[in-house]
Amino acid sequence: MSGRFRAPSGGRVDRAKPVRFSFDGQSYQGVAGDTLASALLANGVHLVGRSFKYHRPRGIVTAGSDEPNALVGVGADDAHYTPNMRATQIEIYEGLVAESQNRWPSLRFDVGAINEAFAPFLSAGFYYKTFMWPPAAWKRIYEPLIRRAAGLGRAPAKPDPDRYTQVYAHCDVLVIGAGPAGMAAALAASATGARVFLCDEQAEMGGSLLSEKTAMIEGQSAGDWTAGALAGLAARANVTLMPRTTAFGWYPHNFLGLCERITDHLAGADPKLPRERLWQVRATEVVLATGALERPLVFPDNDRPGIMMAEAARIYANRFGVLPGNTAVIFTACDSAYRAALDLKSAGVAVAAIADLRAAPGGVWVDRARAAGMEVREATVVTGTTGRLRIDSVNLGKLGPDGRVSASETIACDLLLTSGGFTPSVHLFSQSRGKLVYDEALRAFLPGTSVERERSVGACRGIFDLEAVLNDGTAGGSGAAEAVGFAGAAGRAFAVDGDSVGSDGFIGVTPHGGDPSRTRAWIDFQNDVTENDVKLAIREGFRSIEHVKRYTTTGMATDQGKTSNMNALGLVSQTLKRPLPQVGLTTFRPPYTPTTFGVFAGQSRGDLFDPVRKTPVHDWAVAQGAVFENVSLWKRAHYFPKPGEDMHAAVVRECRATRQAVGIFDATTLGKIEVVGKDAAELMNRIYTNSWATLEPGRIRYGVILGENGFVMDDGVVGRMAPDRFHITTTTGGASRVLTMMEDYVQTEWPNLDVWLTSTTEEWAVISVQGPLSRKVLEPLVEGIDLSRASMPHMSVREGKICGVPTRLFRVSFTGELGFEVNVPAGYGRAVWEAIVAAGHAYGITPYGTETMHVLRAEKGFIVVGQETDGTVTPDDCGLGWTIGKAKKDFVGKRSLARPAMMAGDRKQLVGLLTVDPKTVLEVGAQVVADPNQPIPMIMLGHVTSSYWSATLNRSIALALVRGGRTRIGTRLSVPMPDGPIAVELVEPIFYDPKGARLDV
Amino acid sequence: MLLIPCPHCGPRAELEFSYGGEAHIARPVDPASIDDDSWVTFLYERSNPRGVHAERWRHLHGCGRFFNVLRDTVSDTIAASYPAGQPRPALSPDGKGTKR
Repeated sequence: MSGRFRAPSGGRVDRAKPVRFSFDGQSYQGVAGDTLASALLANGVHLVGRSFKYHRPRGIVTAGSDEPNALVGVGADDAHYTPNMRATQIEIYEGLVAESQNRWPSLRFDVGAINEAFAPFLSAGFYYKTFMWPPAAWKRIYEPLIRRAAGLGRAPAKPDPDRYTQVYAHCDVLVIGAGPAGMAAALAASATGARVFLCDEQAEMGGSLLSEKTAMIEGQSAGDWTAGALAGLAARANVTLMPRTTAFGWYPHNFLGLCERITDHLAGADPKLPRERLWQVRATEVVLATGALERPLVFPDNDRPGIMMAEAARIYANRFGVLPGNTAVIFTACDSAYRAALDLKSAGVAVAAIADLRAAPGGVWVDRARAAGMEVREATVVTGTTGRLRIDSVNLGKLGPDGRVSASETIACDLLLTSGGFTPSVHLFSQSRGKLVYDEALRAFLPGTSVERERSVGACRGIFDLEAVLNDGTAGGSGAAEAVGFAGAAGRAFAVDGDSVGSDGFIGVTPHGGDPSRTRAWIDFQNDVTENDVKLAIREGFRSIEHVKRYTTTGMATDQGKTSNMNALGLVSQTLKRPLPQVGLTTFRPPYTPTTFGVFAGQSRGDLFDPVRKTPVHDWAVAQGAVFENVSLWKRAHYFPKPGEDMHAAVVRECRATRQAVGIFDATTLGKIEVVGKDAAELMNRIYTNSWATLEPGRIRYGVILGENGFVMDDGVVGRMAPDRFHITTTTGGASRVLTMMEDYVQTEWPNLDVWLTSTTEEWAVISVQGPLSRKVLEPLVEGIDLSRASMPHMSVREGKICGVPTRLFRVSFTGELGFEVNVPAGYGRAVWEAIVAAGHAYGITPYGTETMHVLRAEKGFIVVGQETDGTVTPDDCGLGWTIGKAKKDFVGKRSLARPAMMAGDRKQLVGLLTVDPKTVLEVGAQVVADPNQPIPMIMLGHVTSSYWSATLNRSIALALVRGGRTRIGTRLSVPMPDGPIAVELVEPIFYDPKGARLDV
Repeated sequence: MLLIPCPHCGPRAELEFSYGGEAHIARPVDPASIDDDSWVTFLYERSNPRGVHAERWRHLHGCGRFFNVLRDTVSDTIAASYPAGQPRPALSPDGKGTKR
């Protein structure tokens, strides 16, 4: 048998299939079809956790996703561990391992419960008031202590080994919730031929019908009708049934996030299956059939294990065949609890008394309860309960017509069921930014004006009678299909034989006559918020519900106040004596229930987190032992260490080789754009600061692009291949930015220009061969190109062949040495690279990486966009004023350069820095000041933008942007550092071969 | 995720697009003739309305073209989309579509 509290028959579980699982290390037996909650209750276990703040013993309250208390950690090992799972939603399987949270050393004896003794000091906002002094102690002492004492669950310490997938999907009608309303809507919508998705967070579809024992639909039992309806839906090719799928978020334009749980309920799941799947559904129309949540009544000591929602107890009895106790007391403000009492009694639970808040309850359900021999106490409230780890008695009080409460009796019980009526689930409607309206008669916020294309049906819009619900669902489903454009289905009316439970209820804290400062009536179980906390917040001046919520944290736990929000609102309304709709309502936000990070990440983790771009030479560099760095998405060789070399040694060697002989560098990552058309030169003139009209085909120019705001955006050399064709290079990281900017101007500002832009970054491999011997290396390899000084001067480009493949050969230098950049079709890149390396072997050709490239360019004072510039640097600031075509009437950014602030003399300007001690290498980003002894905050004149050890010069060099820097050249400034100031001398920002003699060879 | 109607390709998911800021801010034909204040207005000042906003989008992972959209910044409702260079369409009184 699967537990002492399992009824011998009844329910939808399979008693022939026992399932063993463990909770807090103890082994239990449930049966197939159980949730962890139903299986524990079947074993008589109500105590399942300790509360957030006071470590109060807590039990199972609900039977669904609204559960505030029964949060458990699940997972046999640390990699598969998931905290804060609702026991009411966990399907058990053979070998399931679960544990309670927030207790030590054990659930029954928890040291943290000492917090109870300090309850008077732990009221709402206590940490703001108590832990004020000294200020530094908050971060070091108080916060870590509080975080350890409070909180729920622990994060798993190991990486998640599970796989998660994501899928986009489209449908005509998405129906959310497969209870009676949702099933009726899906039947009606799919009958029109519309493509319908029907999702439900539960494993089994049917919603409230799964626990309905008496009502008959179309002459069938609820269970039979449900089975027939689902079979009918499953048979339709245009219907997709999605159980175990929570619609957790509504995003603009009917885009919904659905999380499907695929393997969490399986023992030994197929490892090929993902754990969860994120459905990103674009639905033309949405039908919300999200039902309603039962609302607890709030009274003193209402949080003991064994105190549950009446409807939840009915679900455990009817659907799971579980008796949640032996002797029950019911505390209610509505008829549905009578229905629950009758079902529980017929399942075998003794009902000791029904305390009804209403003065004169009547009607068919009350009559039936009385006829069944139940004691109904009218105008009666619960004034308190006893029992440490499980309720053992209830104190009742008589509610007088004047609102006074007088103690009446104490009743022994092990189960107290409460019901304050039902709250429509408007979470998703609210997320869709629909406007809610308050219905006085129903005491509920209902969907009002829609923003998105959706409609609500059934209990989520305040319709509770089963027949009306089915017919409302039908109307909603066919209405949605019609709105999509399908011909409406014939209206169908369902006949239900069953009695409505009406819509009575109560919101707020029930009268209890106790001293409010001594009693503890819990409003929000998950965040441990009491009646007193809310009243204290109001006494302290908080009026808006948004403020009360944040101050007391009511409704801010992982359940987002599913069971508590309305009662908190009711209490504020009662206390302020202000109508409830005037108190307002807090906003619902995604996700509806906690959703794993994994499903949002999907496959975007590890190597798949970001694309990796590799050049054709990448594998060669790997084989040579290169160390790589990331530059935007590219992997670039940083340096090529020989055995025993560190970066410094490798870079010194690479620099020397390039300056003295020849180096080879992979420049493939440079952005490349082909600009073609009759107006290509005109576009170049308008985009770049430079003048292009005079550049002849076969020549190259260094170009600068500004933003319209006048600041340097990108740079690079540009070759004119033909009168109507330019080969642009950009920085590695700026390629797409430049192309987008040029496209923008071409498409929107100058659509009349005849010019076409094509990204050719991936088309060319670029092999940079630099150094005094570079010509000697390349000469034997090229065909049809004369590399001589006379025929191919610095800053020229030739087309021809190298190693038999077509090339655009640039004579250009970012090192200050004689140099060439060999562009070949990317597919030939590796072969040509290896051929050049082989040809260069005799000359000592040395591969170098980005670090050496940087040192060599800094020695020459060449800037790097993004290093010497930061979006506030003009061409003049960084010494590029010479690139501006003076005769040009306009180019992007030109007008901004004429603004007074852009021409001010004290702007930060690029200078070179030489440390007085040549061995000291400055830190990039360090500040430059005049007097290091001035008081803090110092007047900062500028900062170091680049700093390297120059092997060529055998000393450190640096570039810096310094206020009025050019007028300070020759003077000394200081770079204050933690170890003391470093004296620097300002020099021209070029350290090597200032005349450029080495280029002209 | 918005569903954006590209005037050239039809409705597509937002992740195919990149945002391009406020629409109908034409670059002055002769910037040199503009005084500093007007130039700063052109560069930096934007309307940032609560309500219907004319804005540029580019169908980056589609046709690659820039176009304009009228989007309500409160509800995200898109009332119109039209090719770059066309004037902003007038909305019908209910604000839901264009007056044709």
